[in-house]
Amino acid sequence: MVGLGETQARAVTPEVSYRELIYGAAVRAYEDAGVSHHDVDAFIASSEDFLEGTSIFDEYVPDQLGAALKPCFTTTADGIFSLINAVMLIKTGAADLVVVEAHSKASEVVDLAGVEKLGLDPNWVRPLDIATDTIAGLEARRYLHDRESDDEPLARVAVKNRNAALLNPLAAYGSRLRIEDARESDPVAPPLREHYVAQPADYASVLVIAERQKALQLAGDRAVEIKGVGFNSGSPNLDSRRLGECDAAAAAAKSAFRLAALNPGDVRFAEVDDTYSHRELMHLEALGLSGDAAAELKSGMFGFGGDLPVNVSGGALGFGRLYEAQGLARVGEVVKQLRGEAGRRQLDGKVALAHAWRGIPTETHAVAIFEGGEAP
Amino acid sequence: MIIKRKVAVVGAGMTKFMRRAKETPKELAFQATRQALDSCNLQRKDIEAVTMGTAPDAFDGVHMKGEYLLDGSGGTNKPYMRVYVGGGTGVFAPIHGWMQVASGLSDTCLVVCEEKMSVTQPHPQAAFNSIYDNFIERQLGVNLVWIFGLEMHRYMKRYGLKKEDIARVSVKNKNNALDHPCAQFKQKVTLDEVLDSEVLAWPVQRMDISPPSDGAVALVLASEEKAKRITDDPVWIDGVGWNLDSSFWTNRDLYYPKYVEYAARMAYKMAGIDNPRKQIDFAEPYDPFNYKELHHTEGLLLAKKGEAPQMVKDGVRERDGDQPTCPSGGLLGVGNPIAAAGLMKCAEMFWQLRGEAGKRQVKNHPTTAVAQAWGDLMQVGTVVVMRR
Repeated sequence: MVGLGETQARAVTPEVSYRELIYGAAVRAYEDAGVSHHDVDAFIASSEDFLEGTSIFDEYVPDQLGAALKPCFTTTADGIFSLINAVMLIKTGAADLVVVEAHSKASEVVDLAGVEKLGLDPNWVRPLDIATDTIAGLEARRYLHDRESDDEPLARVAVKNRNAALLNPLAAYGSRLRIEDARESDPVAPPLREHYVAQPADYASVLVIAERQKALQLAGDRAVEIKGVGFNSGSPNLDSRRLGECDAAAAAAKSAFRLAALNPGDVRFAEVDDTYSHRELMHLEALGLSGDAAAELKSGMFGFGGDLPVNVSGGALGFGRLYEAQGLARVGEVVKQLRGEAGRRQLDGKVALAHAWRGIPTETHAVAIFEGGEAP
Repeated sequence: MIIKRKVAVVGAGMTKFMRRAKETPKELAFQATRQALDSCNLQRKDIEAVTMGTAPDAFDGVHMKGEYLLDGSGGTNKPYMRVYVGGGTGVFAPIHGWMQVASGLSDTCLVVCEEKMSVTQPHPQAAFNSIYDNFIERQLGVNLVWIFGLEMHRYMKRYGLKKEDIARVSVKNKNNALDHPCAQFKQKVTLDEVLDSEVLAWPVQRMDISPPSDGAVALVLASEEKAKRITDDPVWIDGVGWNLDSSFWTNRDLYYPKYVEYAARMAYKMAGIDNPRKQIDFAEPYDPFNYKELHHTEGLLLAKKGEAPQMVKDGVRERDGDQPTCPSGGLLGVGNPIAAAGLMKCAEMFWQLRGEAGKRQVKNHPTTAVAQAWGDLMQVGTVVVMRR
């Protein structure tokens, strides 16, 4: 990874179109990598039609990236899937320098909950007329029930991430939230409350990824190595899987650790999906980073001074819910940390993991493991 | 550019293409997947990764359509990804499958393309209005027939072509499809019938266009080592290329698809092809409209600019001609379930190169073939070269 360009996550961005948002991230990424768009072999974007309000949205990608008349395609998935595609393309030998893009213009979606509902099976689930947050609530209830816990761990996740976001100038929802405030916020789908659910934000991220030798030439020890990647999907049918478990996240992590020749114990900090509070805990356990996430959270293990800081970027709860761009916000934080460019949030440690989940009703996960160069 | 691992196609399957399938999209994907696995005696457990190709979510009204199709395509508990370049998706999906295997991340990959257009009532063309720029074009109420009419007109004007020069492609492809067991359009067609068909948006007439369809196609890809264990007769993916032009389609001269040429050059370079007119035995260029086959054979460098219509007239493109195009029957004859139609072209290469195409078989044991798809706002080209 030789270049990173991001825009600030914000609840609304009325002054720019999605094209201008992406352009802003692209010019920063190319500047950061010291490359021109002419040098790039291939471009990979990430989007879903219904969130864009445009069918075949991959049509509208090339111009703002400088990708016109170049090899360019879209992954209809989180940006980490596009990053994995970039890794694959480079490993085939067909490309040396690849650009990855993802963005969220959630503020322009008139009915986000309505769009999410269209992701439910049209024949079997949609007629029940349930919201995706309701399904997440069932999942959270199952998770807490299995552990004989009340909702305090969910509040702790929200408090940790919202407070962390205060130190991140790109995060949209930093706040000095207290546990009691979180536990008294409005119910969404019990046990989920307002503060346990990430709020949407607009954001764009562009990454520049290079073949190893080229990366070292371009970025020297600012290059961050992608050590391993993995992705996996569980059944999309709610009736075919046990709520509260995510085996697919475990499988994705297993592939990534195998490629990286590393173990979960080597990871010094992590950025994992926390679209809903309980999901951060579920994911940490599935990824092999925690045995009992609620207890370890309470012990302070996942905080700034802990053994395994998690989501110091603020996560989705503090940074904003970014849909297909959410994973790249996690990756962006890892890159800044491993380069020693995270300012007041700076952590130690050279190996980190980023994870993305595609939201209800999916059980689709992507994982990437990174290692930094020598400290600058 | 040194490609590190060879990738083979070892199996293929497809459903019938039809105007209105009773099966759900998942079931269509399942049928093609099952057939492809059966064709090479593999089980779902033998497959390491799955690539999905399907065009607009607007047809089905399902958000994250790739996730919805996951289990029908055999993707449960596997690395599964959907890739997307509009109408070019059907030939891009096997390129992504090639990436999965050529990169070394997987040894076997199932590539599945599914489309169910009939859900859009009363006609899937209405869903296409949502592909236009939301500020400057959508309000005009445009659809694909209108803008392709502009492109067709430009092509005819540039080279002084007549409607019959273009209509011959419909006759060739629709008649070729009579030999395809999965074809939707089963009716012998004459040049006069094409020329006398209903005018939709001049110069486009009904028989110039492929029919909207429901259907699915699947291919099984494998690394060299795996392929040798699966079959004695693998077909190799020797070249892949893709290219996307600007979104601002009104700012380019529509007479020639430069992006298709760039995609073809990328694939030919990888496959070591420097004289495509001589080195390629037959082609499956994308033919959702009859003029598109002509446009694309020029973009694929199989004809000089403006000379593609004469080659059709001279019989070069017939199944027994010097360099046949669309021996399958193409989208015009077999049908056009968007992404599945592109992958059907790749399946046709597989069957033809193995000599398994039955009544459609191209003569003289073809060894090299190219398939291509196109889409977005007259903007993207995707190309796959296969060799026996």
